[in-house]
Amino acid sequence: MNFIRKNLDKIKKPFEKGGKLEKFYPAFDAFETFLFVPNHTTIKGSHIRDAVDLKRTMVTVIIALMPALFYGIYNTGYQYFIQSGLEFTFLDALLHGAYKIFPMIAVSYIVGLSIEFGFAVYRGHQVNEGYLVTGLLIPMIMPVDIPLWILAVSVIFAVLIAKEAFGGTGMNILNPALTARAFAFFAYPTYMSGDKVWVSEASNIDGISGETILGSLAAGQNIDYSSMQMFWGSIPGSVAETSTLFVLIGAGILLITGIASWRIMLSSLIGASLVGLLFNFWGANELMSFEWYNHLIVGGFAFGIVFMATDPVSAAQTKRGKWIYGFLVGVFCILIRVFNPAYPEGVMLAILLMNVFAPTIDHYVIQSNINKRKKRWGKLKIQTL
Amino acid sequence: MSKDISIKNGAKLDLIGLASKEIEFAKDSTTHAIYPDDFFNLKPRMILKKGDKVKVGSPIFHDKNDERIVIVSPVSGYIQSIDRGEKRKILKILISKDGDDKVNHQINESQRLNKTDIISLLLKSGSWSFIRQRPYNIIARPDKLPKAIFVSTHTTAPYDIDYDFILGGRVDDFQKGIDVMSKIIEKPITLTVTANRQSIFSQIKNLDIINVKGKHPSGNLSFQINRINPINVGECVWVINPEDIANIGSFFKTGNFDSTRTVGVSGETVKNPKYYKAQIGSKISSMISKNDVNNFESNRYINGDPLTGTKVDFDGYLGYYNNIFSVIQEGDKYRMFGWLPFKDNHIPSFSRTSFSWLFPKNKKVNTNLNGDERALVITGEMEKFFPMDIYPMQLLKACMIEDIEKMELLGIYEIIPEDFGLIDYSNTSKIEAQEIIKNAIQLMLKEVG
Repeated sequence: MNFIRKNLDKIKKPFEKGGKLEKFYPAFDAFETFLFVPNHTTIKGSHIRDAVDLKRTMVTVIIALMPALFYGIYNTGYQYFIQSGLEFTFLDALLHGAYKIFPMIAVSYIVGLSIEFGFAVYRGHQVNEGYLVTGLLIPMIMPVDIPLWILAVSVIFAVLIAKEAFGGTGMNILNPALTARAFAFFAYPTYMSGDKVWVSEASNIDGISGETILGSLAAGQNIDYSSMQMFWGSIPGSVAETSTLFVLIGAGILLITGIASWRIMLSSLIGASLVGLLFNFWGANELMSFEWYNHLIVGGFAFGIVFMATDPVSAAQTKRGKWIYGFLVGVFCILIRVFNPAYPEGVMLAILLMNVFAPTIDHYVIQSNINKRKKRWGKLKIQTL
Repeated sequence: MSKDISIKNGAKLDLIGLASKEIEFAKDSTTHAIYPDDFFNLKPRMILKKGDKVKVGSPIFHDKNDERIVIVSPVSGYIQSIDRGEKRKILKILISKDGDDKVNHQINESQRLNKTDIISLLLKSGSWSFIRQRPYNIIARPDKLPKAIFVSTHTTAPYDIDYDFILGGRVDDFQKGIDVMSKIIEKPITLTVTANRQSIFSQIKNLDIINVKGKHPSGNLSFQINRINPINVGECVWVINPEDIANIGSFFKTGNFDSTRTVGVSGETVKNPKYYKAQIGSKISSMISKNDVNNFESNRYINGDPLTGTKVDFDGYLGYYNNIFSVIQEGDKYRMFGWLPFKDNHIPSFSRTSFSWLFPKNKKVNTNLNGDERALVITGEMEKFFPMDIYPMQLLKACMIEDIEKMELLGIYEIIPEDFGLIDYSNTSKIEAQEIIKNAIQLMLKEVG
């Protein structure tokens, strides 16, 4: 450790104030603080500080994403081999999945972090850790056969327009990862829907195809997957959202560590269940009569409410706001699924829509707090008169 | 009459090295000092100059905005130096101690004192400086009487002291102080005590006693006032430190300014943490010597508790108001991969990304920032340590953009920087909340007054 530290201190010199590479200090700082928690001590305010920081928080989210990612890698291989009729082992499936997904993750991180570092150097502030999570989320919610260049363009759009244009980490209105997906979805629809994108190599090999469950339902077809398969996740879909089970493990990590809001998760669940149940009674089409509990385990619903709706920056910030926000995410998710077959997956649009409304929800919650205080002041005036 | 309130949110931060309940007289301090920065928003104008003789209770400087507010010398001697900083701002007034002369004020039979007499005696004697007003926590403005006076003996901050212990021998002084102050507002003083605890204060008359239950920051008066008698726009309340009530009482008994300051000296590296009876502005080395602390060079010395205190050099002096003196190890060391969750669990953490809650007895702290300042990302974490119907993050944001109207509506009148101590400590983004609030209140004072 001392050896690394000594060498770092040597390399640090030109990056410090007055050095030749002073401008690039934020980039150096990002690497240095990755290796070491800095020796900075408190100057103002409290003299002692909690061990938690944004890095630790973001890394915990990444750990929570690991089970779903791991299963996603396996499922990518599994779907490919099942469809192509080849014999395979567990390891074969993993290797095939890794071969497809690691390049996606690499592209997302390289492109996204380059922009983040560029902005940090340009603005002269430190590199925020937010993209560590966003950069992993983006490939996890894309179809496996998406061309890497589309992924790269989506990342550029999300980071530039959804995040940096608003002032960077902490200032964005929309969840950047979902913005990337929505961008790809509307700009390159042929790569984002149909039966040729969800299974690995389906776009190249004629014999391979696979539609998502929601896609099939929207097209009025029957599905032959059991609820158990939907829960376990051995179905076609975006890279890492298929397995409700593994998403739930991640949810457990987020809830135990207290990083994600249980209020949002619970209220989304309530909202979606209620609307699903309501449609079950109505039952006018395939999607309406699709059992409400199955709605919760297919598509990106579980992944969306656990990892996307709970993004603290784009969600509502007040306690009561979180209940309302989460509930409406659940409601709109099922509404969009059922009423708009052109967008079989409702959770992405539901969350983005509620991202836009989150500040408004918070505004009214806070206004009620202000009104309470004003009322107290008002009473006083009457008394003194 | 006694009432109970329970203040829910909050947390207990037990640190190693709390002062044990033994009391020692501090050595005679050859020099004393007053730091004008201890008086929030007071602009000092010197009355005396270097070399002038002072007695205990001689006015040294007054507030530029209100000449009636004077700060007096805690000891007898002469002004040794007036240290100034940038723009000739007075940093420190050093008084060399010599003799025991006192300014004596003639006090009539106290039964016959009326409100005006009391106020004018308090102002003349310098004891007025013990009274602070909310909003803003500035020395009270003599023209505006408060709707209530609050005294809190319910203490919850890390290294906080036990007022039952330090005032056990001064019950008469305390009673006198309460009697005098309650004459000003013509009703009992509101005193808060820790619920379910025997207290010497239960025998004091002229009090409205309220039992408070709760973790830190329930000991902060802002949260208690908010629950008991909240401050509305245009109103003010006064707050007085319990020991200063006794000092005021002692003044009305003897006619001499009393500058007693009993200080709990705490810290992990303090060999024998205990209480010292000293005077306002005593030299720190009159309480503890270099040999009384381990790793003398690598400690930070703090007037006040570790969450809200002011850094001071070891050869510096006690602050004007603080009953706590803390010693914390400096944390200027790197920690490799220290940001990994569940690493370095010896650092206390309220976050469940650490196992520190498994070791409740082993709370070692240092001054490391444990990260760097970042944008506000995590929501809902500040509310956990802010037991009041105020949205702390939204208020902080309003303060950052200096939106005065919004600050008012979101409750700036009811809080002071110290209330954000635990938020400073616990927030993920390492936002300097106390500093933001302090600047905002200064802005309020300038713009609204």
